[in-house]
Amino acid sequence: MDDLSTIRSEALGAVSQAADLAALDAARVAALGKKGSVTGLMKTLGSLAPDQRREFGAEVNQLKGEIEAALEARKSDLSASALAAKLGNEKVDVSLPTRPEFATWTEGTLHPIGQVMDELAAIFGEMGFTWADGPDIEDDWHNFTALNIPPDHPARQMQDTFYLPSRPDGTPMVLRTHTSPVQARTMLDKGVQKMLADGGSLRIIVPGRTFRIDNDATHTPMFHQVEGLVIDRTTHMGHLKGCLVDFCRAFFEIDDLPLRFRPSYFPFTEPSAEVDIGCSWKGGELKIGAGDSWLEILGSGMVHPNVIANCGLDPAVYQGFAFGMGIDRIAMLKYGIPDLRSFFDSDLRWLRHYGFSALEWPSLTGGLGR
Amino acid sequence: MKFTLSWLKEHLDTTASLGEIRDTLTMLGLEVEGITNPGETLKGFIVGYVVEAVQHPNADRLRVCKVDTGGGVVQVVCGAPNARTGMKGVFAPSGSTIPGTGLLLKASKIRGEESNGMLCSSRELELGDDHSGIIDLPAEAKTGAPAAEALGLDDPVIEIKVTPNRPDCLGVHGIARDLAAAGLGTLKPLKADKVSGTYQSPIKWAHGYEPRPDSPCPIVVGRHFRGIKNGASPDWLQRRLKAIGLRPISALVDITNLVTFDLNRPLHVFDAKKLAGDLVMRQARDGEQMLALDGKTYTLDPSIAAIADAKGVHGLGGIMGGEDTGVREDTTEVFLEVAYFDPIRTAASGRKLGIFSDARYRFERGIDPQSCWWGAEVAARLILELCGGETSEVMSSGVMPNWQRSYTLRTDRVKTLTAIDVPSDKTTSILAKLGFTVEGGGPWTAAVPPWRPDIVGEADLVEEVTRVFGFDNIPTTSLPRLSATSKPVRSPLQRRVPLARRALGARGMNEAVTWSFLARAKAERFGTKQQADLRLLNSIDSTLDTMRPSILPNLIDAAQRNEARGLSDPALFEVGPEYKNATPTGQRTVAAGLRHNMAVPRNWAGPARTVDAFDAKADALAVLAAIGTPMDNLSTQPGAPDWYHPGHSGLIKLGDRVMAQFGELHPEISAGADLKGPVVAFEVFLDAPPLPKAKATKARPKLALSAFQPLERDFAFIVDAEVEAEKLVRAARNADKALVTAARVFDVYTGKGVPAGKKSIALTVTLQPVERTLTDAEIEAASNKIVAQVAKATGATLRG
Repeated sequence: MDDLSTIRSEALGAVSQAADLAALDAARVAALGKKGSVTGLMKTLGSLAPDQRREFGAEVNQLKGEIEAALEARKSDLSASALAAKLGNEKVDVSLPTRPEFATWTEGTLHPIGQVMDELAAIFGEMGFTWADGPDIEDDWHNFTALNIPPDHPARQMQDTFYLPSRPDGTPMVLRTHTSPVQARTMLDKGVQKMLADGGSLRIIVPGRTFRIDNDATHTPMFHQVEGLVIDRTTHMGHLKGCLVDFCRAFFEIDDLPLRFRPSYFPFTEPSAEVDIGCSWKGGELKIGAGDSWLEILGSGMVHPNVIANCGLDPAVYQGFAFGMGIDRIAMLKYGIPDLRSFFDSDLRWLRHYGFSALEWPSLTGGLGR
Repeated sequence: MKFTLSWLKEHLDTTASLGEIRDTLTMLGLEVEGITNPGETLKGFIVGYVVEAVQHPNADRLRVCKVDTGGGVVQVVCGAPNARTGMKGVFAPSGSTIPGTGLLLKASKIRGEESNGMLCSSRELELGDDHSGIIDLPAEAKTGAPAAEALGLDDPVIEIKVTPNRPDCLGVHGIARDLAAAGLGTLKPLKADKVSGTYQSPIKWAHGYEPRPDSPCPIVVGRHFRGIKNGASPDWLQRRLKAIGLRPISALVDITNLVTFDLNRPLHVFDAKKLAGDLVMRQARDGEQMLALDGKTYTLDPSIAAIADAKGVHGLGGIMGGEDTGVREDTTEVFLEVAYFDPIRTAASGRKLGIFSDARYRFERGIDPQSCWWGAEVAARLILELCGGETSEVMSSGVMPNWQRSYTLRTDRVKTLTAIDVPSDKTTSILAKLGFTVEGGGPWTAAVPPWRPDIVGEADLVEEVTRVFGFDNIPTTSLPRLSATSKPVRSPLQRRVPLARRALGARGMNEAVTWSFLARAKAERFGTKQQADLRLLNSIDSTLDTMRPSILPNLIDAAQRNEARGLSDPALFEVGPEYKNATPTGQRTVAAGLRHNMAVPRNWAGPARTVDAFDAKADALAVLAAIGTPMDNLSTQPGAPDWYHPGHSGLIKLGDRVMAQFGELHPEISAGADLKGPVVAFEVFLDAPPLPKAKATKARPKLALSAFQPLERDFAFIVDAEVEAEKLVRAARNADKALVTAARVFDVYTGKGVPAGKKSIALTVTLQPVERTLTDAEIEAASNKIVAQVAKATGATLRG
């Protein structure tokens, strides 16, 4: 049966050597087509004796199966490489820029002031504070008198405070010089007074715009402050220290940030303390958290009994603390922004450099600063 | 407030180091702002003894000196006319740098003679203006000793910040008292022994009004001096004044300055011979004038406390004396004024006159009223010591202000307010050392000393005990939690601010923060013509004189600044206040933004496009969606304010309420702004969308999903050109609320095939079968309903 082995080797050889699908089909026709070599063998079966036919027939059938399997395998190989060759010709230059949509080509950013306000909200929110607002245009009672700043106090002078026309009833109107008037507005609120009477604790932060007549390299006529106020029956100066230590360490993201509380003077607190954070000026560069220098960052104190009384609460029953700090200032310190005036210049280069992504909504558990 | 270490030690018996003193001052609330050691710059400079000074062989104006430096003799060529054999001067060896000139000394030859170092003048050492010759040190100066020591400059100068409540620390004695209370030594008693007068003062004090404790000048004390000799004050006094930046003038003037800074007791001396009779404390008369010691003439009015004689005013009470009666070198008779002036009136007069003086600074903060008596003794002792002569008996006019008061300090009050446990005897001793008269062992009654006008209640006593005991002893205590987990820090309304900011930032806009004020002309173009109450009475300049009625003008300016820097296509926004009037409700929080020029820049993937009103509308809608506005019920209509292009702008409303406005800026404004390309803007009123009702559950309504595929049908309508597309969409949506789930404009066309005055609007409408697949007949019926509803609402006809 030389014929059989010759045909097998020829047919399988043709399949394995087929370079493409057309050659493979030609190999299939040569072996299994109407005039193919294996078909030719099948045709000879009829002329054989029954015994021989059975035996030879089985052999030819096996050969046919073998060739079909080889054809199938080769076809699959050839299709894959054909696809690969086709895809290989479909290249684009992926280094091209993306299509210009607003969100990509204009590089949207959020201003550091708003971002830091959100950081304040995240940290003080964790300590049970809520956000309180008040008007930028204040009457002098809320801005000064309620806060134990008497009419003759130097802070009321025209050289420090922006004045607007008085109300028809003669009440002088000012642009608030600090966010502290919201202390008075909040304590005077009937709902708050009831909450306190029921044994609750008032904890608010007041981030917002403030205004003073000051316009030089390090001062701007508008700036931002956050006021904090805690009032109840038991909050003491130890809590003031604890709250501000906890805040500063969370905000600057330095767990062992040193803090120093120094006696000072503000009309609306007694005792009063200024708060410094540890830093170094090595090589003329400010580094927060380490070193032998101190940097003043905020003023604070126990709320003056006169302020509590002015706001309709009994200072013999209620006590607490307040603090105020510059939002622009702590933003500058944390994010290394050198110049206050640039905050308000809207220079796109600055906004993009110091700005934040819209998706970076700060939280203590999700992450604070970038 | 400046003082030197040796000065402090005249009042404080202490062994504490400079470092301890510095730290203690700061922790007492007397913040040390700096310590300078003037001797520092003279390190290496020594006392040199001029063994010999001879004429330079080759130069007429130079001398060749042999200088004994204590460690050997060196040759120095010197140009000073006063260089002479046997003198002692300040010698700067080679290698040192001269502070006044920055010159680094090197050994050199001057006209052929060797010179190693330099003998220095006052100016070269920055000690004064004198450059006429080298410093002539006293003979007792030790050759080779540090020059700083011989010049009395080895005395550190300490500068502290005194808060306005502590006038007592505007004198060195008061500072020493605080340090002693904090345990840093013992306060030395005031040297105020009575100096007996030998005659009756020829000049008397009188009041021009009935003096009362609250009068502008309740009390004034005086005494007369005669036979005195004015002139330069002694070295120690000059040095002390120079160290704190004061210029020595004459013994009498220097004494008044010394007492001012030493004891916080401002004084004034008149040249008695220039006075016409007795002195009277009175109100100035309208239009009265006085030439003051600062060389300026001031015109007065009755609010100002005047010190006058028969001829006129010679002093502005508590502020400044007059030039005509001031003391001179040749003054031999003086009259001393030791008065108490009311702080508030002194401050007001000082402001009115625009005079800043050391006296005003102290009187307006409140001096010790008792010092009128002891001040007259201290001054008399110094005048007699330094100027000789004799003094009269003390005489006075008026009554003491009311300074005596006491407060109760409850036993547990320090503990309940500050959480410090101060031992009872410590509380007593702290208050006593600060000058309080303390009675009881808790509760205490503390009588306030006359030099502490700031103490007005129990809380002040708590502060005194706490700050002296030490703020470091306050236990750091975290606030107790109010609830196990945190609560929202912002109200739903307040939360809209960060939501709006983040929505716009995500749309590629850059957040800006701009002033709350602007120029009035700009404000008026944006709608505040009538709002006089929003004008600042004392603005910094006219570009910032009115509260902003809109954020947009500031954003326009910001865009302009960027374009001027070559930064194109800014997309700026701000979320902040706009002011309608000066009441608390006149302030609204608005999210405003501005884009100009390119919406899509030239690019490889498609055409470029400039911004138009629809970009601004998209921004506004994005903010409204982010802050939770019910978007399906919004309608957009013309009617935006007149700073927008009347045809290319709109209002986004919910019912009748305006939620936002947007559009192209009015060409009049954008042309003036000189910005490239079209300028579009939007303003979203963050308080406008209604707050969702507080619900008991956060559960959403059940989601009803249909098992059947939705299908779309397109309709083209012909309608009057001015009909808003939104009306067609709304009509289509309302045609069958059960079946129609969406309707959308996909084409707008005018031109060939559409009659003049009309437009074609094509809608695609989505039908969502609920119960079963729709039959052709049902789809036909729904389509007819849509066409009929749109026709009814808008007059549109189906395009044939």
